[in-house]
Amino acid sequence: MTFKSLLGGAALSFALALPVLAEENPAIEQRQGQFKLYVHNFGVMGGMAQGRMEYDADMAQTAADNLFHLTRHDQSRLWPEGTDSMSVDGTRASPAIWDDLDDFVTKFAALQDAAEGLQAVAGDGLDAMRAGFGPVGQACQACHESYRDEAS
Amino acid sequence: MRKLLFGAVIVGVLSGGAFWALTAPRPMDAASLATLAGDATQGEAVFHAAGCASCHIAPERDADPLVLSGGREFASDFGTFIAPNISPDPEYGIGAWSAGQFVNAVMRGISPEGAHYYPAFPYTSYIRADPQDIADLYAFMMTLPADATPSQPHDLGFPFNIRRGVGLWKALFLREGWVVTGDLSEEEARGRYLSEALSHCAECHSPRNALGALDHGRWLLGAPNPSGTGRIPAIAGDGFDWTAFDISAYLESGLTPDFDVVGGSMAAVVRSLQHLEKSELDAIAAYILRAGR
Repeated sequence: MTFKSLLGGAALSFALALPVLAEENPAIEQRQGQFKLYVHNFGVMGGMAQGRMEYDADMAQTAADNLFHLTRHDQSRLWPEGTDSMSVDGTRASPAIWDDLDDFVTKFAALQDAAEGLQAVAGDGLDAMRAGFGPVGQACQACHESYRDEAS
Repeated sequence: MRKLLFGAVIVGVLSGGAFWALTAPRPMDAASLATLAGDATQGEAVFHAAGCASCHIAPERDADPLVLSGGREFASDFGTFIAPNISPDPEYGIGAWSAGQFVNAVMRGISPEGAHYYPAFPYTSYIRADPQDIADLYAFMMTLPADATPSQPHDLGFPFNIRRGVGLWKALFLREGWVVTGDLSEEEARGRYLSEALSHCAECHSPRNALGALDHGRWLLGAPNPSGTGRIPAIAGDGFDWTAFDISAYLESGLTPDFDVVGGSMAAVVRSLQHLEKSELDAIAAYILRAGR
């Protein structure tokens, strides 16, 4: 075997290996889309809570309603095994999620509860909305602290 | 042959002696430490600014941030550091230490027995603190719950497991003095004190050299995450466009300007810093922007 054909063989096996490495499970993009929609609504209320924009009861209530419904979206097909940050590129989902799925589910349920609490008060004035907003942020933070890796 | 052996012994003794002299701990002035008296009420704010709990909290999920039992592991290029028990337990923690011993430990990285601490403990930042603040911190920490969890030894490879060698590292890299210099407003200077001396932002947000010393030339420009995947983001430089309002709001609430919510090891930092006065967070923000100019 010549040096050239050896190199060719190595390049070919690399080319074959590459798509497997780079393959992304569609669930990753879909769950990231879900979180973007959370922010799309959470951010409206965050902007009001921080005084970046004026409080508007209708807007706040609509955003809180959306967040309530978004957090009811069934998660069962969004977190397949092998879609953690150690297994594939393009995700910040820590392998720790699958090491302790019970806790992950518990933390997700806490988000659902907080979103329900916010929905109940978002239209009742700035202070009421703020009081409901805090626990939602805490629920986000609790999960991000344990289960989201640093961005690359 | 005998002459050669004698020569080798002499060289060995001399270089051993030089190593011993170079690596000797250099404690603070004992007389000035002896007169320090701490105020626990003042020390509470120092405790939150200095972020002690972020590393010394127990490893269990949802552990109490006021019980400083240690046990968290910090992987690095040099091995794995395990945060020790710094609760006021007299046997397993620091309950038997004097205020002076505590100040020497925090500001010089020297144990009461005279051994070096590894610079995973950010005395490289705390060296810039006001000793009175650290004495106040001592007084506050002595009011926290005692915990009898034994500290675990670090797991380091050769030659980093030779603790005495840290003296050499200190001789090369441990410096007093500010990193960001020049004309600073009063608010920026307060922020510099909080950030460079207490909150030690740069310890994660700045890159390090091959020996683990912070690169002052790339201050706050982001760094690889030493203990996991991804990067600790830059908080200075071209890619960083937050305003003072954004930074202060983030440290207070954990919300980015895009309303993402803080996670990872920064979550514990926010949990500490949100105990500070808003004016202190504004000062940190002013400093961060000044450092990036």
